[in-house]
Amino acid sequence: METTVTESRENASSELSVDQGEGLTFPRIECRNINVFYGDKQAIFDISLSIPDRAVTALIGPSGCGKSTFLRCLNRMNDTIESCKVTGEIIMDGENINNPDIDPVLLRSRVGMVFQKPNPFPKSIYDNIAYGPRIHGLADSREDLDAMVEKSLRRAGLWEEVKDRLTSPGNSLSGGQQQRLCIARAIAVRPEVILMDEPCSALDPVATARIEELIDELRKRYCIVIVTHSMQQAARVSQRTAFFHLGELVEMGDTDQIFTNPRERRTEDYITGRFG
Amino acid sequence: MFQQLGHLPMGWLMLALLAMLASGAFFVGRVQAERFSGPAAARIHSRPNYHGYFVAMWTFVPALIVALGYGLMGESLVRSQLVSELPANFLKIPGVELGVYLDAVSRAAVHNDYTGADRVFAAITNRYLEIQGVVKLSAIGLALLGATVGFVLARRRIVPGFRARNRVEAGIELMLFLCAAIAIATTVGIIASLLYESLRFFAEIPFWDFLFGTRWNAQTSAEFGALPLFFGTFMIALIAMLIAAPVGLFAAIYLSEYAGPKVRGWVKPILEILAGIPTVVYGFFALLVVAPSIRSLAVWINTTLISSGLTSEPLLAAQPTSALAAGLVMGIMVIPFVSSLSDDVINAVPQTLRDAAYAMGATKSETVKHVVLPAALPGIIASLLLAVSRAIGETMIVVMAAGQRARISADPTADLTTITVQIVALLTGETEFDSPKTLSAFALGLVLFAVTLVFNLIALRVVQKYREKYD
Amino acid sequence: MTDVVQGPFRNEKALRRLKKRRAADVRFRTYGLSAIAFALLALSLLVASIGFQAVSAATYHVVRFDVVLDPQVIAPDGEDTPADISRNVDGFYSLLRSDLLETFPQAADDRLSRLRLGDLVTRLAVLPVARTVAENPTRIGRSMTITVPLNDDLDLYLKGAVSKDARVHIGEIASVSETTQNEVSLSGPSAFRGLEAMISTLRAEDGDAVDARSVLLTSGSSTGRVTHLETGAAHVTMLTGSADAFRGARPVARIIALPETERNVSDQQIAWTLALKEMGRISRVPHFSLLTNTDSTYPEIAGALAAIVGSLLTMLVTAFIAIPVGIFASIYLEEFAPRNRLTEIIEVNINNLAAVPSIVFGLLGAAVFLGFFGLPRSAPLVGGLVLALMTLPTIIIASRAALKSVPPSIRAAALGVGASKMQSVFHHVLPLAGPGILTGAILGMARALGETAPLLLIGMVAFVADVPSSPTDEATALPVLIFSWSTNAERAWEPMTAAVIVILLMFLVTMNGIVVLLRRRFERRW
Repeated sequence: METTVTESRENASSELSVDQGEGLTFPRIECRNINVFYGDKQAIFDISLSIPDRAVTALIGPSGCGKSTFLRCLNRMNDTIESCKVTGEIIMDGENINNPDIDPVLLRSRVGMVFQKPNPFPKSIYDNIAYGPRIHGLADSREDLDAMVEKSLRRAGLWEEVKDRLTSPGNSLSGGQQQRLCIARAIAVRPEVILMDEPCSALDPVATARIEELIDELRKRYCIVIVTHSMQQAARVSQRTAFFHLGELVEMGDTDQIFTNPRERRTEDYITGRFG
Repeated sequence: MFQQLGHLPMGWLMLALLAMLASGAFFVGRVQAERFSGPAAARIHSRPNYHGYFVAMWTFVPALIVALGYGLMGESLVRSQLVSELPANFLKIPGVELGVYLDAVSRAAVHNDYTGADRVFAAITNRYLEIQGVVKLSAIGLALLGATVGFVLARRRIVPGFRARNRVEAGIELMLFLCAAIAIATTVGIIASLLYESLRFFAEIPFWDFLFGTRWNAQTSAEFGALPLFFGTFMIALIAMLIAAPVGLFAAIYLSEYAGPKVRGWVKPILEILAGIPTVVYGFFALLVVAPSIRSLAVWINTTLISSGLTSEPLLAAQPTSALAAGLVMGIMVIPFVSSLSDDVINAVPQTLRDAAYAMGATKSETVKHVVLPAALPGIIASLLLAVSRAIGETMIVVMAAGQRARISADPTADLTTITVQIVALLTGETEFDSPKTLSAFALGLVLFAVTLVFNLIALRVVQKYREKYD
Repeated sequence: MTDVVQGPFRNEKALRRLKKRRAADVRFRTYGLSAIAFALLALSLLVASIGFQAVSAATYHVVRFDVVLDPQVIAPDGEDTPADISRNVDGFYSLLRSDLLETFPQAADDRLSRLRLGDLVTRLAVLPVARTVAENPTRIGRSMTITVPLNDDLDLYLKGAVSKDARVHIGEIASVSETTQNEVSLSGPSAFRGLEAMISTLRAEDGDAVDARSVLLTSGSSTGRVTHLETGAAHVTMLTGSADAFRGARPVARIIALPETERNVSDQQIAWTLALKEMGRISRVPHFSLLTNTDSTYPEIAGALAAIVGSLLTMLVTAFIAIPVGIFASIYLEEFAPRNRLTEIIEVNINNLAAVPSIVFGLLGAAVFLGFFGLPRSAPLVGGLVLALMTLPTIIIASRAALKSVPPSIRAAALGVGASKMQSVFHHVLPLAGPGILTGAILGMARALGETAPLLLIGMVAFVADVPSSPTDEATALPVLIFSWSTNAERAWEPMTAAVIVILLMFLVTMNGIVVLLRRRFERRW
């Protein structure tokens, strides 16, 4: 029988009609009054927003405006920084994950993250993917583990390229392949949400295009939140967009609307390149 | 007259001579340069000071060479001349005794109090002083001669267009190079002397007997099987690493992953203190505190085992000096070698690797165990190798707390001896320089040098490659 | 949408597993903390045990004698030049012995007792006195107060280091009666109850070994040893003083834990010492002679002066050679050396030499400096040379790091105003790297100060009784002294060795302290 919520959801949703277009499902993550402090300095000012499921939400804005900081709140990565304090509620599945009761370790197995610069572990490709399921005890046997590794690599679009060299080290791959490896690694623990912090900024245009294709595939299964400093990328890849400026949420809406008909002056200025 | 000259205080004299020569030559050269006049004066290349330095250099260096030569070779020159003049019955005295006799002669000559000694001794001492007088006078003369020649040659070069500064700087660069070359000379000296004496040793004792023989009784019955020594060294180093490796590694992990900056700021220097304590102090501690405690513990274990009927004879040797005592204290001494380097390499692992692990829901210990440590592994291994090398080469702790019995025993409360202990024992007893006894110390030293060299080279290579990976 | 069976963050199986993982987390952290605690504990144990011993040696007991300097004893005819007087150990010693015999006339009876009494002070302890008198011959014939150190074992006993004594106060002694000569019987109702109780407590702990222990009763300056104890009475052999002192008094009983056969001092000698103490002739004074005397075979008059001077001379030679050569070598390697094979080899060489065991340098010194060049054995010159070669790589590495840390812009600026390379290095780079180089040099010297093995191999293990006056005299060094004293058998050497260790450590702490100060003051961040 199933061991995680994710599996049951996946099985269930295969029976429902899959969202093909832009019709969005219920809010996967609901943020209310988020404030973030680094010591005495405040970085995020009272942000509230909802993030829909089975869609890509892009966070855009000039550098230093708090996008990455906000992203890291969603999987409580800010906990690893000593001077950082987060207030407010982040509701996922009816629970506030900012509640000290909730162990971030469990949270992070449900909310995965891909970083700006690919950071595979100094292990083999196989072990990179297998690491997560191992520590969370998701596989019962070696065959299970093999199957999980293969499934993750397929979903990340990397299987065909590495299936013959699963034992070679993770950092023997090219930059773009390494990033896909990191995505496969994040998928392997069967998260429901994937956070991506400027995943393509260290890659060349060809690799970037491949990753963007992959993101489009992945959004059919996962809730994806992506931070990007490229507006073009946001326009290409996302369904919802939130514009951050100086730690505040200036405007959030459907991507089309934000880029063609922004409501706020600041948004328009940023989009038309007056600053940024 | 020469006898009086034999009392010349060469140290001060040479120093004063060199100083005077150098400064005198400097002034002459400078004044000469300052006197440049006429149309040639416009083409002056270097400031007058440099001309002065140039002349001083050429005057000083020959005298310096003579002075160094005298300092190093003077005494042996005098002695060999004296020995060649000694009557025949002196030559039959074994080398060591002759050396001691000559030492006495030399001492008497310096302190000038041998009027009460026997006539032969007084006569020899007088002659010694005479020869010394000749040598000293010659040295001074030679130094002055060399200085004069250099002075004259140098002065002739002083013309306005002369590039004195370049010459002087070239000379200084040569001196710098020679200083750097002393490092090579040291290594060459070490290898040469070890090899030379060891080969003389192996001419008498077969190599395989030395390397694989199991009986070592160098002082008493000329048996030179070094295997028990290798075993002792290995055993004590093993005990030391059993302590230092886990303690050092975990301390490093705690300091770099868990400790706040204040704790780090205090604990790290304290761990460094462990490395700065002289090993003779550790030896004292091992001898007078640790070894007796281990002995009492072993005795207690013996009596408990006997009284509970498990054994009928004492199981442990319970010696007053033991491998365990030396190994324990050596382990404590070596902790900073492991912890310091490991701390550096663990810190050097990029934060983004840790972030990746946290982001997939790993706990801190899982991240450290599965991601950080494997990434830092080469550096950690290097630190362990350096620590082992240090443990193998350590002398004082084992001399004071390990023991003198050369044997192979698995009992850590027994006394064992090591390579370094035997080297000390052999060279601080009889000083006969040609017997296989003394030479065997060099053979042991050669083995020690070779083994630690291998460890050090491997460790250095590993650290180098590791730096390349993460820089 | 789908219903979930349990809250997603409260999945039981995951939570159970998480609990185990968290427990492993805590255990891991504890290992780290305990490792640090272990290291700190070991260090404290080391420092505490040595410090404790050293404190014991910081003071010692001296005995006061008021004697008349009889000219016939100390300056007899034919031997009355100052030189003779200053060497007349036997004469001065006999003055002290006579004084002791006067104080304890009972000892005069047999030879062994006289010897034992004389042992209260060492013969050679009178040397300083002899010298003083030789310099002031007018004192001969007059009275003089002489203070000499007490025998080292008795000194230890008074400090409580020889044996843990149990002390019990005895009740009032009602009557004293002599049985045979020197044997008395003391009785008093309930006088000995405390003593009996103490003995039975000890017997419960240590069994029959208690019977071998000596029990001494002291009242004033009279002491006797208990031979037989019964309820309300004790049979005592008088060791010193008279039995009358006990009448009506409340003596103190000492149960000496170490039986007489296992000690270096007899009960009789302890009795004499206690008597002298009672007379006010024994006082505990600071042990200055530890610093001002030279080595000796007797612990109570031995000192570390020769070793301190020897170490200083050796350090001078080492510093004189290693620091300039090291700095120049590092300048060459860092600023002038071309990047070719030879330079690479030199660098690998230096890195390796820094890790070669120090004893190998000792072998080098023995073979080359002693064997080939014939330099004097055990001289600070040779020791300094060997240590210099050993310290050189460390200084080179530290200086190179300091030079490297000076930014290239400084060098470029100097060249830009027309300075030559040499001038830019010596006038600009070197001063800026100065603090770093200096700290490296001091740390190197600190390490050299504590090194023992190389010095042993070049002969510096001999017993040196004179203070060396030049680098070519025979000398010893502090670490070598520590080594040789710690291998001496008598107990009294332990605290003295610990005291010398403290002296050595103080030098090292000072040097490291200077380094820390320098770093704080001159640390620059580019």
